[in-house]
Amino acid sequence: MQDDQDVVREFLVESHENLSRLDQDLVELETRPKDSALLASVFRTIHTIKGTCGFFAFSTLEKITHHAESLLSQLRDGQRELNPSLVSLILETVDATRRVLASIENTGKEGPDLYEDLTERLRTAAQNLGRTEKNSASQESPAAAEDPQDAGHASAAPGGTKTEEETARPSAVQEANIRVGVVLLDKLMDLVGELVLTRNRILQFNTEREDPALNSASQRLNLITTELQEGVMKTRMQPIGTVWNKLPRVVRDMAVALGKQIRLETDGAETELDRTIIEAIRDPLVHLVRNACDHGIEPPENRLRANKPPQGKLTLRAYHEGGQVNIEIGDDGAGIDVARVRQKAVEKGLLRPEQAQKLSDREALMLIFQPGFSTAQVVTNVSGRGVGMDVVRSNIEKIGGVVDISSQPGAGTTVKLKIPLTLAIIPGLVVISGGERFVIPQVSLLELIRMEGDSSERHIESIHGAPVYRRRGSLLPVAHLSQVLGLKLPEPSDVVSMVVLQAEDRQFGLVVDGINDTQEIVVKPLGKQLKGLPFYAGATIMGDGRVALILDVLGIGQCSGVLAKSREPSRNAAEHRTQSGNEQQRLLLFRAGSFERLVLPLSLVARLEEFPRSSIESAGGSQVVQYRNHILPLIRLRDVLSSGLQDQEPTTDPVQVIVVNNGDRSIGLEVDQILDIADEEVTIRQNSNRKGLLGSAVIGKRIADFLDLNDVLHASGQDWFQSGCASAAGRTVLVAEASSFARNLIRNSLDMAGYRVIEATNLDEAIRALEHRPVDMVLAALDLPPDGSSALRAAMGRRTDWKSIPALALVESAEQLQTPGGKARDSEDRQLKFDQQAVLESVARLASRQGSDEPALICAGEER
Amino acid sequence: MAANAVIVQADGAQTSSQLATFFVADLFFGVDVLCVQEVLRFQPMTSVPQAPKVIEGLINLRGQIVTAIDMRRRLQMPPRGGDKPPINVVVRTEDGAVSLLVDEIGDVLDVDTATWERTPESLDSCARELIRGVCKLRERLLLVLDTDKTVEIAAAVDSP
Repeated sequence: MQDDQDVVREFLVESHENLSRLDQDLVELETRPKDSALLASVFRTIHTIKGTCGFFAFSTLEKITHHAESLLSQLRDGQRELNPSLVSLILETVDATRRVLASIENTGKEGPDLYEDLTERLRTAAQNLGRTEKNSASQESPAAAEDPQDAGHASAAPGGTKTEEETARPSAVQEANIRVGVVLLDKLMDLVGELVLTRNRILQFNTEREDPALNSASQRLNLITTELQEGVMKTRMQPIGTVWNKLPRVVRDMAVALGKQIRLETDGAETELDRTIIEAIRDPLVHLVRNACDHGIEPPENRLRANKPPQGKLTLRAYHEGGQVNIEIGDDGAGIDVARVRQKAVEKGLLRPEQAQKLSDREALMLIFQPGFSTAQVVTNVSGRGVGMDVVRSNIEKIGGVVDISSQPGAGTTVKLKIPLTLAIIPGLVVISGGERFVIPQVSLLELIRMEGDSSERHIESIHGAPVYRRRGSLLPVAHLSQVLGLKLPEPSDVVSMVVLQAEDRQFGLVVDGINDTQEIVVKPLGKQLKGLPFYAGATIMGDGRVALILDVLGIGQCSGVLAKSREPSRNAAEHRTQSGNEQQRLLLFRAGSFERLVLPLSLVARLEEFPRSSIESAGGSQVVQYRNHILPLIRLRDVLSSGLQDQEPTTDPVQVIVVNNGDRSIGLEVDQILDIADEEVTIRQNSNRKGLLGSAVIGKRIADFLDLNDVLHASGQDWFQSGCASAAGRTVLVAEASSFARNLIRNSLDMAGYRVIEATNLDEAIRALEHRPVDMVLAALDLPPDGSSALRAAMGRRTDWKSIPALALVESAEQLQTPGGKARDSEDRQLKFDQQAVLESVARLASRQGSDEPALICAGEER
Repeated sequence: MAANAVIVQADGAQTSSQLATFFVADLFFGVDVLCVQEVLRFQPMTSVPQAPKVIEGLINLRGQIVTAIDMRRRLQMPPRGGDKPPINVVVRTEDGAVSLLVDEIGDVLDVDTATWERTPESLDSCARELIRGVCKLRERLLLVLDTDKTVEIAAAVDSP
């Protein structure tokens, strides 16, 4: 009895395998109806099932497959041509067979449905031909014995020896492969995981003892374990083609149902992924493909109207890239109407209209992954997608993957999935904090920074409780692991260890008490009691047998406030670059007097300090404080801004000071409170007439005022910036730039460096300014209205007295820094508009170069 | 209350009526012996920062990572005094094994289901939720612990 069941199970497994191949073969057959090898393979599959059915006395199944076989043998023998209705009929047979098999699997019986209608149709189809041709196939007797003969004839007839080989090959393959239960493989993987942990333990013992015998044995163990681990991992690797196999059928069915013509192309089906991951991406993939068929590819008549071939193309691509697998699902359909997506987001109440308009196209596209967007009516009619896309994203992210989408109106949409190769065993860095060990997944790790002695306190600076670190010239937000996790703080020490982590597209530093080493760790899930904690991705067992928690880098970043919780805005930071008028900037937010939210670009800020009020002294009528062996003049911002209005609000102690500097001179701005650092796309909404302010902008959803540093320094009677660098003294710089915000910022930094600045917003104004007074240097935006900075250059080139004025082109993005190849007639310098330091340096360089007759143009751009 | 009654009935039908017993402070608890995977002496524990307070930490149970719940805190009772380490009672739940840290372990008792009674309403609500019923043993009262509830609510306790 038990034996019988085993045999039946084997039959089921084999039949399922055959059927899934059949789906693919049949769809392929539709495109190559004359392919005899393919036909023979289809025939063989059906025939095998039929034969086994007879053995088990599954009469319904036998009847269905028998008639299908008759039909197929006619096709194979070339007695009739394959047409779509026949394919549909055979596919229907396949489906019926599947259902019966499922019933056998569940109940042991074939189930009540006899599929008489289907059998009848199959029979009629076979007989219809029988009338026109010689009747070879319509015997009613279940003569299974005849069929092998048939098959034999068939293989002899069309291709001679070739088909002979075809039949022989599968059996050879079968000998080289054995079927292994998935449960067993999973169990093996678990065991290897345990072995890896035990190995780690032994290795740790080994380092503690100095025993040569143990040493060599453990080295060997280490080696073998690694190889075993790789081997077992490989057994679990499956080509992604196993998931793709059923997609041709999905696409075909969708195409027929929707009256569309769709061709499916696949590339990289052999790309391998861990079994668990294959399982996890199965449904999202099918979903994306269905979506592409349904909403992406247009009906033939629309395609013709758009000058596209009537047959749509759906492309699946898979390839390895940097330890990950990328999967792309692309169509050449109508693309997504971004404006419509925006509109829908507003209608659905997900965004306010002005927010929707501010989004870049890419951000807007990502909206379709929002849960609220998931009903079909939302975007179907306008070619957008959105059915359950949020589920797709959450499923992919659950396995550590990333979803991205790009779309070109009229040209199609591509969804890109980035998937890790495996989940089970990953390399991780062990760190210590508060006496506990934690593991950081290696994929999130960018670099380790160790600060010793004096530098440790100098390098991590505090902006009112928000620590930052200067990493190669840019500020990196910093979190302390002990603080985030509420652990006891370490003894102050000379050495500070920091790991630089990346979560999504952003980076931050995490200060830990100590850094151990990297290890292969086995990720184990946490119990549901701890699932809700955002800090941990799981746990693992260390070499000493103790448990260590694996940190969730994104969660840590968000909880410590160094990463904003909303994920979309900065994910596509790169996209902002092409949008003019908006600038992505690091901004320091603070409060002074009646101004609740003041803003200064962080690039202008040197340091943030606290001084006890008692340390403020008076020198020469102004307030100063001793700071790093220098005297730091202080400006009380609230007094400057509220111009004489004496408010009685109590002053803070210690005093919060923003230090701005220029070369060797510094000045401190006394503010009431440092609020925050924001990474924002800034649009100056409104220019201000108020003294000391540039204008207002929306930052973090609230209005904030941009401080006009130049004006403030003037107003407070500080003239230190006039005496900047020697080369600057008295020189006049023309800044030609349309954006007032950019202009003001450049003016600010030039003013501070001691240059005299004239402004112009377009070509005419610039020329007028040049005519009006002598100018030593010109900074012109590359996109200066109306025709760009080259027009200004040309104009300057025509006049002998202007020819020698050095000029710099200001560009908005790093890409524009490159002069168009080959066309650079003379040395045209370009500079990022918002990189204050670089602009200043270029200006200083030009200033020193001036006098030689060599002309130069420097472009200023926006640094973000 | 109706819910409690149903639970008692259901239990009466399905329990083996063999209960593994343990002490938490002066309370005497029992859990279905079939739910108990094993009993261990105190294990090295890895604490989980920012976790609910009732979670004492994680232990390595032969390669399986098991969450340990401190029963005293779970029942909102004063902390364990003295230096006697608690004992792990590892129970099976729908979500895998969970360890309950108790003061002391008792015997496995055969209990007559007829002596079961609904939890008195006078008990404070926190403890009452976790107790399926009370067995009136001759010498003392045995509280039948609802292990699923005990491990389930753990996530909610202490977290805002």
